[in-house]
Parts: sequence; C-alpha cells; structure tokens
Amino acid sequence: MKFLIKVRLKNGILDPQGKTVHQALQHLGYKQIQDVRIGKLIEVEIDESDPQKARQILQEASQKLLANPVIEDFEIQPEE
Amino acid sequence: MEVKSAVIVFPGSNCDADVYEALRLMGARVEYVWHKERQLDDYDLVVLPGGFSYGDYLRAGAIARFSPIMQEVVRFSRKGGRVLGICNGFQILTEAGLLPGALLRNQNLRFVCKFVYVRVENPHTPFTHRIPVKKPLRIPIAHGEGNYVIDLAGLKQLESNGQIVFRYATADNQITPEANPNGSVANIAGIINPEGNVLGMMPHPERAMEALLGSEDGRWVFESLMSG
Repeated sequence: MKFLIKVRLKNGILDPQGKTVHQALQHLGYKQIQDVRIGKLIEVEIDESDPQKARQILQEASQKLLANPVIEDFEIQPEE
Repeated sequence: MEVKSAVIVFPGSNCDADVYEALRLMGARVEYVWHKERQLDDYDLVVLPGGFSYGDYLRAGAIARFSPIMQEVVRFSRKGGRVLGICNGFQILTEAGLLPGALLRNQNLRFVCKFVYVRVENPHTPFTHRIPVKKPLRIPIAHGEGNYVIDLAGLKQLESNGQIVFRYATADNQITPEANPNGSVANIAGIINPEGNVLGMMPHPERAMEALLGSEDGRWVFESLMSG
C-alpha cells in the first residue's frame, strides 16, 4: 500500500522559508496570496495489506523519526 | 587526573578531527568512537562533534540520533557522564530528547559562518567554571540550522533552572537583537540539561584554540572540562 505523510511546522512556529517564498510571490504580483508555509510530503510504500495496521505502523514511525513532535505535526493519508 | 574522552564519529561528521586535537591539546586522552560501537564505559567525557551527519537528511540530527552509539550516550548521560554536543552534535542531542527544544533553519535562511561573541550565563557548570568572570567568548559559528526554538513554558523552565549557558552577545557582553545571528529565541546559543552534565552549543569552541587562527577563547570550555 502507498501512503502520503504530510509533515508541517506547528502553528506558531516561524517558517522563514515560507516567509521568503511569500515575499517573492508578492514581488511577482500575487498580492492575493496572504501566507505561505512550507512542509514536507513523504511517500511511503508499505508491505501491509490491512490499512488499519499500516496506519498504526506509520503513526509510530512518524512520531519516532519522520516528524519532530516538538516543532512539527503530521498527517497520514492513503494514496489512491 | 587525565580525562578520558571519546569523540563520536558519524557518517558526515566533519569537526571530529578538530575536537580530537582540541582535547589532546588540553591534556585529555582522546579516542574516536565510530557510531556503530556500543560501549562507552571507559570514558569521562563524550563529545558529539559538528558536521552533517547523514547529510542532514530529513532534519539535522534526526537520523544520527538512532545510531547504535546513541543508546549508549543516553545511558552514559544517565549515569552522570559529561556529554558535549557542538553544532550538529547539539542538533542530535535535541533530536534524541537529551536536551529540550529544537533547532530550525536560520531566520535569514543563510548558512552563517563567522566569529560571534557569546555571553556566559551560567558559570557554574562543568563546561564553564574556568571561564573568567564576565568574559564574552569570541567563538565561530558555522551552521544553517541554529535557530533555537522552545515553547514559552519550556523557555521559562530553562531560565529559572539556569539551563541557558550561552547567549549571543555583542563584544561588550550585551544581549541585543543585532547580536543574534540566526533568530534563536532569547539569543540562546547553548543550553544544559537540568542535571548539569549534558551541554549543547551551536558555536565551535574547538575552532577557537589558537590565537593565530583568530581566537583561543574556546580553550576555556575544554579547560573547564579538564578540571573538576
């Protein structure tokens, strides 16, 4: 099964990369874009046919390694 | 008494030889310990050096933190052994949960490589007790991810426990926003655990050992570790 894990900086944690990209977009004339935050998208292929179990494993792996719970939140989604 | 010290080498460490030389210069017995080893019983001091362990992939320090030796570093620190993490070593210590908070991308998004001054906020640690009173240390930094963050409750705890050991300062020892090279909260450059035996710092004392090379203020940190 394939899953996507979205890792994002927690709300309230300053994202200098997102800020800089936002400024660049402003310079390009995209005045409507109000904010940009940049995260990571991790594609995982897992050898486990039970989606519930797969999710559990990825939950643990994300907490342990893929995200740093001090600064990041994560979301696990199955990929169609 | 001779201090027995270990310099941990991860794939991608690049300050290990400098730390080795700094410790040797100060009279310690030094050995390199490869990250796949699982034994630290014979040492008084363990140093996690700077560099780019595992290419800084995912997050700086995130993968090194699971190297076999890190379990030993945790055990060593629980027994009261002294652990010094410099730069990438500091990042590994936060990822491993041995120190609170995290290190994010520098606020200006640049890799910053220059001499800075740090003020010693807690001289009563094994890492700082020999530093002359009120002397700001002139030590270089070289990092892209040294922007220290911690939540407000955590910051208060650091402050009330005296866990903030170094802050970025001006040459006359003042804490100002201009002296902050990376956006760290409260100008934090180095912190210690509540037990006082694990220190992480972004500046590189091992690169400030010779006046000829710009500064020898880094010696104070190693000298502190050599005595008491």
